[in-house]
Amino acid sequence: MVELFMQYLLWPLVKIIVVVLFLVLMVMAMTYAERKVVAHIQVRLGPMRVGWHGILQPVADTVKLLFKEDIIPIKADLPVFILAPILVAIPAFLVFAVIPFGPAPFYIADINVGILFVLAISSFGILAILLGGWAANSKYPFMGGLRSCAQMISYELPMGLAVVSVLLVAQNLSLVSIVEWQQKSGWWLFALQPVAFVIYFICGVAETNRCPFDLPEAESELVGGFHTEYSGLRFAFFFMAEYINMVAISALTVVLFLGGWLRPFPNVAWLSFLDYVPPVVWFLLKTFFFLYLYLWIRGTFPRYRFDQLMAVGWKWFLPITLANCIVTAGVLLFFYYR
Amino acid sequence: MPLSSLPVLLFLAIAVAIPLVGLVLAWILRPAVGGKTKRLPYECGIDPEGDVRDRYSVRYYIIAILFVVFDVEVVFLFPWAVLYEHLLLFGFIEMMVFLAILILGYIYVWKKGALEWA
Repeated sequence: MVELFMQYLLWPLVKIIVVVLFLVLMVMAMTYAERKVVAHIQVRLGPMRVGWHGILQPVADTVKLLFKEDIIPIKADLPVFILAPILVAIPAFLVFAVIPFGPAPFYIADINVGILFVLAISSFGILAILLGGWAANSKYPFMGGLRSCAQMISYELPMGLAVVSVLLVAQNLSLVSIVEWQQKSGWWLFALQPVAFVIYFICGVAETNRCPFDLPEAESELVGGFHTEYSGLRFAFFFMAEYINMVAISALTVVLFLGGWLRPFPNVAWLSFLDYVPPVVWFLLKTFFFLYLYLWIRGTFPRYRFDQLMAVGWKWFLPITLANCIVTAGVLLFFYYR
Repeated sequence: MPLSSLPVLLFLAIAVAIPLVGLVLAWILRPAVGGKTKRLPYECGIDPEGDVRDRYSVRYYIIAILFVVFDVEVVFLFPWAVLYEHLLLFGFIEMMVFLAILILGYIYVWKKGALEWA
């Protein structure tokens, strides 16, 4: 009984607290990194006042947001208005229940439908954003919410199809098993599924409403998008969820395509000195690379127009990923399983 | 439900607790709201004009319907992909028949202009 308690409640509780703290820290670090990186790309300095080179800026922002007065629009749909920021935060955290940061003890749960769980839970975020846009009963959030919803459901399809082609190769839904498959075969999946890899990450950028797909919050036309009417901590939850989703997409890209916690070339013997670096560090390094890529993209590309955005999703990514699935299945059938 | 997914439920409880605790904390700390004008919907400083929940572009509905159709398809592909090494040629042909029908529908939708946004 005590062992069961330790194994299924106490240990996971410790891990969950570590993961949650890590995520909160990541959100703070990302807000700072985003401002600094984009600033330096644009030959500016970014925040410099609070602490050394503005390093304490995220702390100051958090305190500021906590003390902000809470403005609820007169005509707002009150229960929904209050519920939406809570609903957006929950799935953002929950996705990390199944993401493996490393081998055996370094994940919270290895459930056998891991990737399905991730896709299902992250779809909840769309609902929350639509509710948030609807509840304020104000024009900009309403339009932002609609756009956001249309964009996210459109890009969920190619994303799912990209995952299907990974599953065809790895033959497993559990994220831990997918990494273990990559270890066993010696191939990181991006080498076997380059098309799915690229499209998965681009769809991830669109799913998190990031530049160049940040139409829902296009400042020049929609003020703040779906969270225009939110203030204080409620606004912070939308913001936090966006950043946590970025971390989740990066982590998932690493797990599905870049060998998760594995070192580069996992089966090449003479590179075994790389094993001195702990697996979790490899995982975080790869994840950080994709997080940096997010900022890099934001500093580089102009924003899409909404019709272009939908055209890319429906007329390019959807047929390409579908064809990729068919080709993968065909190649497996005629060359691998013969 | 297997015992191994118990931690997920635990995580759910904590994930629900985080925003609630945060909101209670902010509720204690923040000052009261002043004034009715401050609570007017934001429209760049002008008094709100007209109703928000008005008619909007029908394309959003079309996209939503198409999404349901294609998402069901993707969900259908998942078990097929995972069991592919057991299904092989039979599974391949079955799925190609299914996809052929779907792609036919996709071409129809495209030709009808449902994917155009302009």
